[in-house]
Amino acid sequence: MKAGAPEALIVKGKRLDGRGLEEFRPMEAEVGVIPQSQGSARFSFGETKALVGVQGPRPMHPKGLQEPTRTILRCYYFMAPFATSERGRPGRSRRSTEISKVIGEALSNVIFLEDYPKTALDVFMEIMQANASTRCAALTAASMALADAGIPMRDLISSISVGKADGKIIVDVAGAEDNFGDVDMAVATVGGGDAFVLLQMDGVITLDEFRTMLELARNGCATVYGRQKEALMKRYSIEEVSEL
Amino acid sequence: MKGDYVRKLILSDVRTDGRTLGDFREITVEKGVIKTAEGSAVVTIGKTEVVAGIKMDAATPYPDTPNEGNLVVDAEFVPFANPDFEPGPPTDVSVELARVVDRAIRECHAIDTEKLVIVPKELVWAVHIDIHTINDDGNLQDAASLAAIAALQDCKIPKYDAEKKQIVKELTAVVSSGKSLPLQDTPVEVTVHKIGAKLFLDPTVEEEEASDAHVTIASTEDGSLCAMQKGGKGSFTTEELMRAAEMSIEKGKGLRGALG
Amino acid sequence: MEKKSELLVKERQLVAPGDAVARGLDYLPGAGCYRKNTDIKSKLLGLVRLKDRVVGVVPLSGVYVPKPGDGIIATVSDMQSTFWILDINSPYDALLQLGEATAEYIDIAKTDISIYFDIGDVVYAKVLSVSRSKNVTLTMNDYRAKKLIGGRIMKVTPSKVPRIIGKEGSMIELIKNYTGCHIVVGQNGVVWLKGSNEALAAKTVLMIEREAHIRGLTDRVTAMLKAEGTPGPVEARAEEGGV
Repeated sequence: MKAGAPEALIVKGKRLDGRGLEEFRPMEAEVGVIPQSQGSARFSFGETKALVGVQGPRPMHPKGLQEPTRTILRCYYFMAPFATSERGRPGRSRRSTEISKVIGEALSNVIFLEDYPKTALDVFMEIMQANASTRCAALTAASMALADAGIPMRDLISSISVGKADGKIIVDVAGAEDNFGDVDMAVATVGGGDAFVLLQMDGVITLDEFRTMLELARNGCATVYGRQKEALMKRYSIEEVSEL
Repeated sequence: MKGDYVRKLILSDVRTDGRTLGDFREITVEKGVIKTAEGSAVVTIGKTEVVAGIKMDAATPYPDTPNEGNLVVDAEFVPFANPDFEPGPPTDVSVELARVVDRAIRECHAIDTEKLVIVPKELVWAVHIDIHTINDDGNLQDAASLAAIAALQDCKIPKYDAEKKQIVKELTAVVSSGKSLPLQDTPVEVTVHKIGAKLFLDPTVEEEEASDAHVTIASTEDGSLCAMQKGGKGSFTTEELMRAAEMSIEKGKGLRGALG
Repeated sequence: MEKKSELLVKERQLVAPGDAVARGLDYLPGAGCYRKNTDIKSKLLGLVRLKDRVVGVVPLSGVYVPKPGDGIIATVSDMQSTFWILDINSPYDALLQLGEATAEYIDIAKTDISIYFDIGDVVYAKVLSVSRSKNVTLTMNDYRAKKLIGGRIMKVTPSKVPRIIGKEGSMIELIKNYTGCHIVVGQNGVVWLKGSNEALAAKTVLMIEREAHIRGLTDRVTAMLKAEGTPGPVEARAEEGGV
């Protein structure tokens, strides 16, 4: 047993933060928050807050690495040192390298990369505050930031986590559930539908549990998709006309 | 284009070497090949070859697991294995490979790490698995995972001198205690690839390049799933993921048998 | 069962990537849209533009991608013996060959072409060609092309340029009349201003960029210019270029 584990993660169907098994933490989404980025967005699941800025498409250097027929998508996921209660080491880590890779592959599924040959498209994702499901918040925000940057895409990508704690399947893994729970599974789908573009699972589950988790994940991603669309529409809200 | 050719074949349920979509190439596992390592194994899957070596050391435990041994998995994509591998720091592909191998072993508690304590809360055994690619003809992930497990099965714990507080060595060689690692499961990784709507296993390097997406799924002795990692730019539907999981569990049994 | 074709959006409606804008094979995807099965979907966060059966979406942001025929404002960034390289406010640089810059006969062994355009010079030029891999060439062989001397340069989101120009140049005229400025607007989002009240002209351009998607813009701009500007003709010779 890990040091510091609570006695139980789920008591009478309620999780430690009071949520039901399939309940999300409050989500916040906002688009167009970094003026110096071509496009930007922030997204949070409760206390997990991600901020994303997109630069580009811009010239790719060194020229020798350019792709003549498409843009090169480069994704950078970082955790700010102050994002965790114990200060983290700044810069890249093996974990951030892996997460950057899977997020980049997910986004590559929907971006029309061929529209900008010989360029680079850089997506910078920073976790400002971490309480589990950080890669999900980052990917969800990145999708909105790319739309904000005018990048052509087939659809948005929405990402959530599902897990298992005290033997029960839960949605939107947080805090203690991440550290002491049995299973953590991060997923992302396209347009809230049935195309999974990101899937990472650690923990032990049966085949049946896997199916249940996939279905919950799909529905959860569809919920996030709705929030992303709302935030994008709000970016150019007519109500925000300034008085002259 | 080579890629198009391979795509067409797979979409017609055909492969250049005559295998079916669900077949693995010939697998060989040889343990104890590196004398200077506490555990080692060479695995070949077709022409793909990887070697895993384990070094053990006495170390301080991690703060959140004070009464458990440590596990570290690293992978090196040695440039002689593939003309596309370049010397230098690990790429994201090699980092991911190592972390996914680690995940399968860790999540199902394949090693009973609580039995690797030397002095409670102070000193534990650290198990360092290093995986080096020798030849890349596709499916490094599954070969690496198999090699890591085989090396764990081969591994013998060094003798520890509690007074001198160091591992016992004879000249420069580590002296073995003769005891094997406390293993309690045998996780096996099987990566399922996808071209169009076709799922296939154990790709050659050309088939890997043509693949739309893949998902590595690790299963345990009792048929549970203990790690998953999807990669590539394509996507999977729910049904495809379920089928992939079933294929992995089924094929995993055969791979486990090859470990001997 | 025959599915009826259906338009799902209105002109200037705000849509996001993945939004279905039309159903059925009677409609065609224009710029900014793509076809998925029998649906037409938006690729962009932008405003719907309808033209007969073609459904397109104009982005509200994004970098400039040059098209042949575009009139743009470019800055010379480098040169070789027979051509210049220009920054066109795009991920792609552009080339201007000597032959497209002047009709004069030049002995390149004896001439330093910087006498025509030097590094830092600003020109209004036309995009001559754009290859598939985005090699861009420009030409000065156009009645609107010229060197832009003095004044100031500002950059706006390229997709907002039509609003800044206005219908048949009406918006530019409005700004010129109240600020006494020459104004040249490039399709690439670069705006050149020169005249008595460059600050007010710049402020107006930024306002249009910010509120391009909101109705009633012309009224608001007119109100602001009337309040802060001075009506009157633009000094010096008549303006060329800009549209």
